[in-house]
Amino acid sequence: MDLSFFVVLLAAGIRYGTGTLFATIGEIFAERAGVLNVGIEGMMLMGAVTAYGAAYYTGNPWLGLLVALIVGGVMALLHAFVTITLRADQVVSGLALTLLGAGLSAVIGAPLVEVRDAPQLPAFPIPGLAQIPILGPIFFDHNVIVYIGLLAAPIAWWYIYRTRPGMELRAIGEYPAAADVLGIAVIRQRYLYVIFGGMLAGLGGAALSLAITPLWVEGMTAGQGWIALGLVIFASWNPLRAALGAYLFGAIGRLPLDLQNLPLFLANPQLGYFARMLPYLFVILLMIISARGNMRRRIGAPAALGQPYVREERGA
Amino acid sequence: MPDATYAVEMRDITKRFPGVLANDHVNFGAQAGEVHALLGENGAGKSTLMNVLCGLYRPEAGAILIDGQPVHFHSPRDAIQSGVGMVHQHFMLVQSQSVAENVFLGVRNASFSLRSQQMAAAVQKIGDQYGLPVDPNAKIWQLSVGEQQRVEIIKILYRGARILVLDEPTAVLTPQESEMLFQTLRAMKNDGKTIIFISHKLEEVISIADNVTVLRAGKVAATTPAKGMTKAQLASLMVGRQVFFQFDKAPAKLGEVRLALAGVEAQDDKFLPALRGVSLEVRSGEIVGIAGVAGNGQRELAETVTGLRKLTAGKITVAGRDVTGSPPLVMIDAGIAYVPEDRHHTGTAPNLSVAENLALKAYRKPPIGHGALIAPDAMQTSAVDLIRAFDISTPGPQTPARKLSGGNLQKVILAREISAEPQVLIAASPTRGLDIGATESVRKLLLAQRDEGAAILLISEDLDEIFAISDRIVVMYEGSIMGEFPTAEAEIGQVGLLMAGGEHGAHASAV
Ligand SMILES: Nc1ncnc2c1ncn2[C@@H]1O[C@H](COP(=O)(O)OP(=O)(O)OP(=O)(O)O)[C@@H](O)[C@H]1O
Ligand SMILES: [Mg+2]
Repeated sequence: MDLSFFVVLLAAGIRYGTGTLFATIGEIFAERAGVLNVGIEGMMLMGAVTAYGAAYYTGNPWLGLLVALIVGGVMALLHAFVTITLRADQVVSGLALTLLGAGLSAVIGAPLVEVRDAPQLPAFPIPGLAQIPILGPIFFDHNVIVYIGLLAAPIAWWYIYRTRPGMELRAIGEYPAAADVLGIAVIRQRYLYVIFGGMLAGLGGAALSLAITPLWVEGMTAGQGWIALGLVIFASWNPLRAALGAYLFGAIGRLPLDLQNLPLFLANPQLGYFARMLPYLFVILLMIISARGNMRRRIGAPAALGQPYVREERGA
Repeated sequence: MPDATYAVEMRDITKRFPGVLANDHVNFGAQAGEVHALLGENGAGKSTLMNVLCGLYRPEAGAILIDGQPVHFHSPRDAIQSGVGMVHQHFMLVQSQSVAENVFLGVRNASFSLRSQQMAAAVQKIGDQYGLPVDPNAKIWQLSVGEQQRVEIIKILYRGARILVLDEPTAVLTPQESEMLFQTLRAMKNDGKTIIFISHKLEEVISIADNVTVLRAGKVAATTPAKGMTKAQLASLMVGRQVFFQFDKAPAKLGEVRLALAGVEAQDDKFLPALRGVSLEVRSGEIVGIAGVAGNGQRELAETVTGLRKLTAGKITVAGRDVTGSPPLVMIDAGIAYVPEDRHHTGTAPNLSVAENLALKAYRKPPIGHGALIAPDAMQTSAVDLIRAFDISTPGPQTPARKLSGGNLQKVILAREISAEPQVLIAASPTRGLDIGATESVRKLLLAQRDEGAAILLISEDLDEIFAISDRIVVMYEGSIMGEFPTAEAEIGQVGLLMAGGEHGAHASAV
């Protein structure tokens, strides 16, 4: 294995991790606001199928992207209403969302399975930069959606840690009563961030069907929505670490393709199945390691994660 | 209209919670440049009234006037805009954020991208002006309780509050910190601000307040100038009967050593050292008081002695038996009883009945427990006996424990622990937040146990309590023992200094 092997692997990691990255950043926003949404998988699937369909029927992949944002947002709005206003259990509502998304996307997508030629988002090697050895192919020779992901992580980080609304966001997930007594509209902000999180999950799905693996097949996210949930914890709710996790996940997801040509794998084809388990195993390992580390560094989940807020209800 | 002189006035405020009338036509007024104390037993409705004033609760009826003008608060933002700011009984601080961030939270005219240096400078300026020293860049969780309170005060001052409400601000402070707070309050009063001050500590009310309003069961029992009032007068207004402050504390009859710790070390939840070589002894018939500011290892000490936390070094002996590293059940069998700090979750099972909570220790053995079975009749009988003996006020033995008031819940725990006839009783902040009447009865129960020969380890942040009932005082700071004094020879200022990590004084005999 030489240098070019790693260059190809890293470039592929960034490419394949992009869908997961959007979903992970979206979930970070929702959880920072105190609302757990385990329905990412469902929102991603719906984003993927509606984006693909809209691109196919209109001929415009950007419209597909827009539709995915809206569909993800609407599904998250449902979750927000059920958990914030009706104060139902967040895990149960999120699971329902996943099942809804999986079922509905299969129905909507049935006529699209045969379609192989819907327009895709364009690839765009950045002139000049793409030719730089090593760094060029890793970072600057991608589909446009990949660049958006590369930019999204630092922007989200800046928003959360360095802006006034970001500070309020951290406060409402940590101690909503404290934010409320200072006049911050806790309920409204929770709605907004849950919807925003859903939009990013939809975008993640669209990134898959319009660019990364451009087609639609039922269940094409293959658990990436669940992986995103794990990555949020690994990332300690920090978008930059989320990018690291998502891209590593993407790279390890690519590994089986590269490994299958090795003599060992050619001789034992059943090993390929184990190789395909690797990315999921990897996320479990990441979580075990980060859970211990987080405890030591006193970084944890937003303290009010999962708890509805009611002003006149007795707190702690 | 004479009332126009009030900076803040509340008229006929009525606030109802499911099943409780928390405020019943309450009238309240305070002038500019006045410190007004609000007194009352637990559950009298003090916090509720002030939460109405700061826009957090909507009253069913009544009016609020600021400088004689009627106002309608729909949210805390409205109250802030009218100049009302409140330091809540439970601090409203975001632990993971810095001091400056907490101060600027929700401030609308701050710039979109945070300018941490300007924010820090603004915090520093207010701190200097009112004598509230605190590091603007420290994270809240790194601060002591006293410092956190300063952040809360800076927060409302930054918003330009003219009417400041402080809900039990001194409950958790050392005497020095309380004195500092009072100086700040005097400075604000001279500035023409109105200060409303809730406290269960009557001496400080008499010394700092100009006027006093007493609430009893949601109604105003009296409004009077503080000058000339005595502790006893105020207490009887609150409770509606005579209250005695003096305990006839018999001299301790010391027996054998019941609890001995030698070089005990333990870690806190973050795996940082919490106890550093703690050695102490408690004898039969004495109360040893552990004085210290919250978070200096007291909780870890209690948990280590009761077997809830692993110790990393050292030795624990109970009545001569080495129980180092044993689980809680062995500790209980060795004769340890525990009244934990958190009476709602560690001390009781809130949804179980009073009878079940009373039996949580006795259920293993006859007459209540028979193998795997429980005898409900025996449980009921013993509950009725304990409720009578300990004067627990509850609708009945089958009432869920969560419905009891703080004081009565504490009596349930004491009844359960004491009825097991322990060799050693560990009591952590047993009267925290309790009103005068409840405090009095809990302290009496502890003294009675001591006179019957139990060894009592009293862990409390309240120095008055330590001085009132303990026989020996041990001061803890950052997990180490700073000094030990017989109570009769101890001086409150000296102990307060050691609690803050000060050097050993001349008459402090280190162990
Ligand atoms: N948010 C709430 N929901 C339901 N009941 C409440 C709520 N807040 C207060 N109560 C009830 O209203 C009554 C008054 O409570 P409040 O907290 O005002 O008392 P307090 O005088 O501040 O007592 P303490 O000295 O213990 O702080 C109590 O019976 C309490 O149980
Ligand atoms: Mg109160």
